[in-house]
Order: sequence, then structure tokens, then C-alpha cells
Amino acid sequence: MLTIRNLHVSVEGRPILKGLNLEVRAGQVHAIMGPNGAGKSTLAAVLAGREGYEVTDGEVLFEGQNLLELGPEERSHAGVFLAFQYPVEIPGVSMVQFLRAALNAHRAAQGLDPLDTAELMALLREKAALLKLDPSFLTRSVNEGFSGGERKRAEIFQMAVLNPKLAILDETDSGLDIDALKIVADAVNALRTPQRAFLLITHYYRILQHIQPDVVHILADGRIVRSGGPQLALELEEKGYEALLLPA
Amino acid sequence: MQPTQDEILTQHLNREYEWGFEVPVEEELAPKGLSEEVIEFIWAKKKEPPFMLDFRMRAYRAWKEMREPHWLNGHYDPIDYQDAYYYAAPKALAEKRPRSLEEVDPEIRRIFDRLGIPLHEQEILAGVAVDAVLDSVSVATTYKERLAKMGILFCSMSEALENYPDLVKKYLGTVVPYNDNFFAALNSAVFSDGSFVYVPKGVRCPIELSTYFRINARKTGQFERTLIIADEGAYVSYLEGCTAPKRSEHQLHAAVVELVALPGSYIKYSTVQNWYPGDREGRGGVFNFVTKRGIAYDNAKISWTQVETGSAITWKYPSVILKGDNSTGEFYSVAVTNHRQQADTGTKMIHIGKNTRSRIVSKGISAGHSQNTYRGLVQVLPSAENARNFSQCDSLLIGQSCGAHTFPYVEVKNPTAIVEHEATTSKIGEDILFYCNQRGIPTQEAVELIINGYCQEVLAHLPLEFAVEARKLLAISLEGSVG
Repeated sequence: MLTIRNLHVSVEGRPILKGLNLEVRAGQVHAIMGPNGAGKSTLAAVLAGREGYEVTDGEVLFEGQNLLELGPEERSHAGVFLAFQYPVEIPGVSMVQFLRAALNAHRAAQGLDPLDTAELMALLREKAALLKLDPSFLTRSVNEGFSGGERKRAEIFQMAVLNPKLAILDETDSGLDIDALKIVADAVNALRTPQRAFLLITHYYRILQHIQPDVVHILADGRIVRSGGPQLALELEEKGYEALLLPA
Repeated sequence: MQPTQDEILTQHLNREYEWGFEVPVEEELAPKGLSEEVIEFIWAKKKEPPFMLDFRMRAYRAWKEMREPHWLNGHYDPIDYQDAYYYAAPKALAEKRPRSLEEVDPEIRRIFDRLGIPLHEQEILAGVAVDAVLDSVSVATTYKERLAKMGILFCSMSEALENYPDLVKKYLGTVVPYNDNFFAALNSAVFSDGSFVYVPKGVRCPIELSTYFRINARKTGQFERTLIIADEGAYVSYLEGCTAPKRSEHQLHAAVVELVALPGSYIKYSTVQNWYPGDREGRGGVFNFVTKRGIAYDNAKISWTQVETGSAITWKYPSVILKGDNSTGEFYSVAVTNHRQQADTGTKMIHIGKNTRSRIVSKGISAGHSQNTYRGLVQVLPSAENARNFSQCDSLLIGQSCGAHTFPYVEVKNPTAIVEHEATTSKIGEDILFYCNQRGIPTQEAVELIINGYCQEVLAHLPLEFAVEARKLLAISLEGSVG
């Protein structure tokens, strides 16, 4: 589904990713772990198409298509979803209005008519229940006055609504208390299907106790330096990055 | 590669003003320029009662002694008042005012059809009565008879002077005196038409009353005069919309609106102003120099809602004199400026009565090279025990070259008053646009969504069908303004 080959990315002329390779198949969950500054969030931003990230070499294929040629909204329409590390507030715009615009843009890209209000509301209520969000949350302004935990749940809620093929979760676990983490993990597990892949970017082993990854990668200094099964995360938790990153 | 946000922007920036068409209509004009003879010409042309000649002459003489003000936070070149026509009437209307909608000249009807303003009552779906004003003359007023059965008078100012001269005489100039300011004095001297509303005691006007203003003729100013009187316990909601053709020269629009809210009444006045704003370099466009003021007696309420997207310069302060005890004044405003537009707008709330309340919510949006100023005065006089005011002034900046300014003046002469003021300035940042893009929402649509959210509190006060129009206008005014 996602193939990244020799990806080099600079931000303001400073190289951040330095030859990253990654292969993600449909149905898989890949965890990307690594110390601060390794380039984890840069990877998420580049995949989603944020401005200001200059790809200096390499390629990214999403279902055989050159992802880097698409604008951010086209990537979204193609099925790429990013759960933001720091979701922004949109004052005065309710979650219903926001997701109506998003869903209908997706539908328009597929040549479908807009959803009518009843269908929209039914879908939103169903997914809100999955994230154990109070229905009143739908009429509140997007992320305005939300706690950190609510914002992260709202991101996963949006993911459930938009039904992506590839979901990138950028440190969704940080700032969540145990209960919220459990809710988010349960929702992600419920959304695991053979057609959908997840890229889980995280500092911590904690979330991987709830969401079992297929592959764990360690990202350091702009490259994936080690890959392995779930036990790699456990090893990392026990020994720390420094020990694992020492040259063998 | 994909076009960048800047490129998308630039494409949209070239969008034209949609309402800029001009329809050749044969006009009858007053002699060019301004003099006592011209004033008399207008008065005679309109066959007005004698008190009006006196009113106009006093205003003209006062105006001659005044100097054109230039204190706005912006710039305009002095206007040559002798190089303009102060009365332009489409001939078809001047010779014979239509008595019914069927009599309206087809050419004139076509202008309003193109603007989407239906003059056929059967086409009016939303239950809005319309008074359409073209240049100096009222074209038609719909729903008049139905309203008359409830005792509601809704007609052009000319008809009011003909049919209800005593009512006009009693209230005209009582809220905005003939010598109030330079532009109000000019209006008082030369105004040719406008709308008149009277709602009798205890009557709740069941439909929205609406006037649609259109400047068509060349080198004419539009000086309409609106007078709305809500008698004791009455309620009326009034809407005003406006457009003008594209012209390379500036056009002056110096209107006066007077609201009289008698005890226990409620007047809700909404404006969606979309005069031609000039081109991207600031050539042409309407100077919208308007005096709007209401007076609220005991337990009365006046609420102004305005969405200002057009005009080269908007310079106006819809105000409320809270004269009566327990009276309420509200001002909800969205002012959008793009390209080279300038807006200096806000409100004045003058607290005189006891327990008077006022609320101000102003949302300024600046894009391009425009300048957007909020200027407001909250005045609490010694008599105003327990006066309360809340003001919220927010500014939103789009791009790097625009400006937003806030001048809140507060004068409190009674220690029991509580006056609160909040202000914010924000930008539509790259992060919020990227967030929307990532969810699949294209940039232009995202801007519309964000702007609508930002203005929500104000738009919520517009009557529904007007709110829809206002949302569209906001989107169009700001199309391509994000980079």
C-alpha cells in the first residue's frame, strides 16, 4: 500500500530525513518509535503533504501512485488520514459542519452526491459512540475548549468518519490518561481491517500494549535503523534508545 | 507539482464584481451641481409639502458652512460636489410613478431581475416585502396592501410625504438633525427617496420589510433617507441591501437612517452592504458615508446587524441613543475589506436612561492591502444608573499587507456603570488551513468555513434568507485572499 524509498527531506535547508525506506501492506499496523528529533513527525507531515517540507530525494508510492505529486486534500481523498499531534481549534465551526465539508469533499472526489443531513447525523452519532463521546460534542466548535485527551479522541473519531485506507497517528497517545488511552486503542482496534493500514508514531511502549503492531521500526537521525516484531518495542522499553542505538 | 496556496489565491483574486452591470435607462436629471435652485428643483419635482422646502434649505445652508470631514482612519480625495447630479430619475418613473407592480417599466424590472430582487409578489417566497430604489426613485413596494390592513405603513419616502406628511414632519430629523454632520446635512438637503415604515401600537409586523438600493445612473450620488417608527409595543424587522455598477470614478452614497423605537417596541435593522468596492488598484468604488441612528424610549430595543463587504470606503457608525429607562441597544457587525478597500466603522451607544443595556460584537476581516478599523463609543451619562455595556471586537487578518485597528472610546459619568471590553486579533494561519486540507477540504472552501465560523455570532442575528446571502457574499469577497 505504502512504499517509501530513500526519502530525503529538508526543513529550511536542514536535512531531517536522510534516506528513509518503509514498506507498509494493507491490513498491517506499523509502529514507528524513536527519540525526540529523529524525524518522526516530519515523516507524518511529509506523507500528509504539509508545506515547508522539501523532498530532496527519494519517492513515496501510495497504492502505486506518486503521493508527492498530490496536494494535501487530494491525498486525503485518496485515503490518507493524519491524526494530528496538536489538533488546531476552529472557532465557530461545529464538528458537524466541519465533517460535512470534509465528507462531501471526499464524496465529490469520488463523483458522489453530498450526504443528506439525516445520513450525516446517523454516521456521526454512530462513530461518536465508538469513541464514547457525548453527542453534544458534535455541535461544539472543532477542538475549541477541548482538553488534550478530548482532542485526541476527536482525531480518532474523525478518522472513523472519514474511513481512510492509511491512518497515520502522530503521537496520538501522548497526553492521554489511562482511560482515554484505552478508549482510543479500542477504537483503533475496532477499525483494523484487512484493507486498512496504520502508521503509529509514538515515543512510548504503553500504547503498543493495547494496539498490537505487526512491525516495529526504530527511527533515528532520519533513518530507520532497526525493524522487528512487537518484541522490539519491549526491548526498547527495557533498554532505552541509547543502548539499542549503539553501534553493534 | 500541485499549485501552491499562493497560486490558487492569485487565480481567485481576479474575480470580478458580479453586480457591476449597467443598464441604459433614460434619466431625468436635475441641473448639475448644488445650489438653492437645485434644492428647489428637487422639492418641486417631488411635489413635496412646504415644510420640506424649509427643512431642505436649512440643511443646505448649514452644509455650506461645514467642511468635509477627513478624520477617518484612511484617505479619500476631497469630493467636487459641483461635479455631480443630485437628482436622477429614470424617466419612466419620473413621469408616472407606477401604481402597481404591473405598471413598472419592463427595462427597470429587468435591472432588479438581474439582481435577483423579485418585484412580482407571487415570486416572493420567503415573505419579504420589498421597496426597490433605483437611483433617486422608489420603483415599487410589494405587499403594501396586505400590510396596510394591519395598519403598517411601508412605502417610499416620496409617497409618505404625499400621504402621511404629518407623521413624517413629526419624526423626520428628530434622531439625526439636519445639521448633524457634513454628510447628513447634505442628505437632508438633497435626499430624493428612501423607505418609510410605521408600525402602529402593539402590532408585530409579520414579515421582513426590505429595501433594495441600486445606483444606476452615472455621476450621481445616492442620498436615500429611511425613517422607521415603531409605535408603543410594536415590532419590526427591516433589511437593507445594495449594489452599484462598476465605475472608474467614485460614487458618493450618503444615506441617513433614523429609527424611532417608542416605549416597549423593538426595531431590528439588518444591512448587507455590497456596493461596488473599486478595482484591485483602488480605482472607482462607492464612498459609503452613512449616518444611521436610532433612539430607544422606555423598555424599547434597537438592534443593528450589518455585513459590510462592498464599497471603496465604508465610514459609518450605526448608533443607539438609549434615552428611555431599561432600553437596550445592540450592534452586530462583520466588516470585510479586501484589495484597497477601507472601512472605518463601529457604533455609538449613548446611555441616558436607567438600567440601559448595550452589546457590541464587531468582527473585522482584512485581506489584500485593505485597512479595517473598528471605532466605537460607549458613553454613560450621569443619569444612566446601572448602565451595562459589553463590547467584543475581533480582528482577523489574511495575508501580510492589510491592517486592522481598534479604537474603543469609553466615557463613563456614572459610577454604577459596568463597561466591559474584549478584543482579539488573529490570523488564518497555515496550520489551520493544512488541518482542513488534510481532512479533504480544499483551501478556498476551508477559508469560507473558517470565516463563517468566525462571523457566526453576528450572522446568527440576520434573518435566515439574508444570512444565506451574507455567507455567499463573504465567500466571494474573500475569494483567493489566502496565501
